[in-house]
Formats: sequence, C-alpha cells, structure tokens
Amino acid sequence: MFGYANSLKFEKLSKALIGILAVASAILFPLGLYYGLLGSPDDYQQSQTVRIMYVHVPAAWTALFCYMSMAGAGLMHIIWRHTVAGLYIRAACGLGAGFTAICLITGSLWGAKMWGTWWVWDARLTSVLILFFLYLGIIALKDAFDNPERGTTACAWLSVIGAVNIPIIKFSVDWWNTLHQPASLTSPSKMLNPAMTNEFIIPLLIMAAAYMTLFGCLVLIRTRTEIRLRKEMVKNMRSVQHGLV
Amino acid sequence: MDWSEFIAMDGYGLYVWGAYGITFFILLLMLVTTWIGSRS
Repeated sequence: MFGYANSLKFEKLSKALIGILAVASAILFPLGLYYGLLGSPDDYQQSQTVRIMYVHVPAAWTALFCYMSMAGAGLMHIIWRHTVAGLYIRAACGLGAGFTAICLITGSLWGAKMWGTWWVWDARLTSVLILFFLYLGIIALKDAFDNPERGTTACAWLSVIGAVNIPIIKFSVDWWNTLHQPASLTSPSKMLNPAMTNEFIIPLLIMAAAYMTLFGCLVLIRTRTEIRLRKEMVKNMRSVQHGLV
Repeated sequence: MDWSEFIAMDGYGLYVWGAYGITFFILLLMLVTTWIGSRS
C-alpha cells in the first residue's frame, strides 16, 4: 500500500487493472441482467418486484464498500500523508453518492408497492440517507478550500468520522424494530443457511460483482485524473514561481 | 412469458422498469462524468 503512494507506481498498476475491470464489468452486467430479469423466478409474496433486488442490493453493498474504502484511505492520508490515498477519496466520493442514490431510489420504488409507502423513517433507511448526506458533504468539502490539499485533508477527516455510520447501517435491522427486512445473506447465521434459494442468490451475486468491477474501473480512472490534475497544478505553480524569480 | 407479460411484470412494470431505468441512468451519468473528467 505504501509503495503506491508513489503515483507512478499507482499509475502503472491502475493502467493494467482498468482494462481487466472494464471487460469483467461488460461481461457481468448482461449476464446478471439476463439471470435477474429472465432466468430467475418471481417471489411468492413479492411477485415480480423481487427483481428490483438485483439493482437495489448490489448498489447498497457497493455504496458501503466505497465509504469503507474512503475511510481507510482517509486514515492513510491523515496518519502517513499518503498522497494517492487522499486523491482516492476525491475520486471515489462522487461514485459513492451515485450508488447510494441508486439504493435509495430503487428501495423507495420497491417499498412503494411492498410496504405501501415511498419512505419511512426507520433505522436502515435513515442511516443510508445519512450516508448519502455524508457523501454530498465530502463532495462539497473537497473543493471548498483555496488549497486543494486542505480540502483533501478535510475530506479524509470526514470520511473517517463518518465511518461510524457503517456499522449502524449494517446492524440497524438487528438493533431496532425496522420495517426494512433483516439480512438474508450477509449475517453470519445466514451465510451457511441463507434465506433465499440459489435461483435468487446467483443473479444477485453476479450483479454485485458487476457493480464492484464497474466501481473499481471508474474509481481508478478518476484517481488517475486527480493525480494528473495535481501534477498540472504543481507544474503551473512552479512556472509562476520561476516567472516571478 | 411473452413480451407483453415481460413488460407488464404482473402489473408492477412501472416500479420494476422505473428502478432499472433510474439505475442505468445514474450508472451512465457516472460513466460519462468519469470520461469527461479524464478528457478535460
């Protein structure tokens, strides 16, 4: 990890990974959509609305993973002044906000029919909404300072502090009496004995892999863009200094 | 399942296709903004 504080090393690795992740994503999305829309049955209670699960749940998982990765990068930036980690936060925040928006909107559409309401202030929905606001806060902070490095450090701090929301989101359905259903797959008791059959699990996992590979590809491209912008900024500053001297 | 049944989704078509539509709109937005940023 510390080797990749060297942006040249990061750029070399990311160039190779972007292609692999893009191809993987391009294969997994159609496969997941086929199995999700055509290859899996409807649910005996939820009928065809169960198919919303294949876009809603992977978006939620990706949004949570994105924030956890930003929190980890935030720690690396704060403690070790890891430059690329700081630029990663700037790159990932927009994507995280997008995946959280997908989760909230698709969840609302699903709930409108299943729960009879577009929104309810239960623990899970409220904590995911807070996650969305955290992402928006980081997006606003990153360019709020004249010195971009100060903005990056502020984003790192917000990413780390906001990480307290992640276990709240995860365990909200266990800690409180929520309308949102409990975990069907990702709790320790459910992993060996899931509450869904393979006909639902397989397309769900394929779509989750599609989302994650797409996220990986886009975040690497965006981080490379941030590195390039930072290098250009430093180059311009040096030109101005040499011009003055 | 024929094509009209597939679109209707047992009467839930608006919600299911609305969810997929907004998902792919936002994913496309992410793709486009990433591409524009890398080209700027």
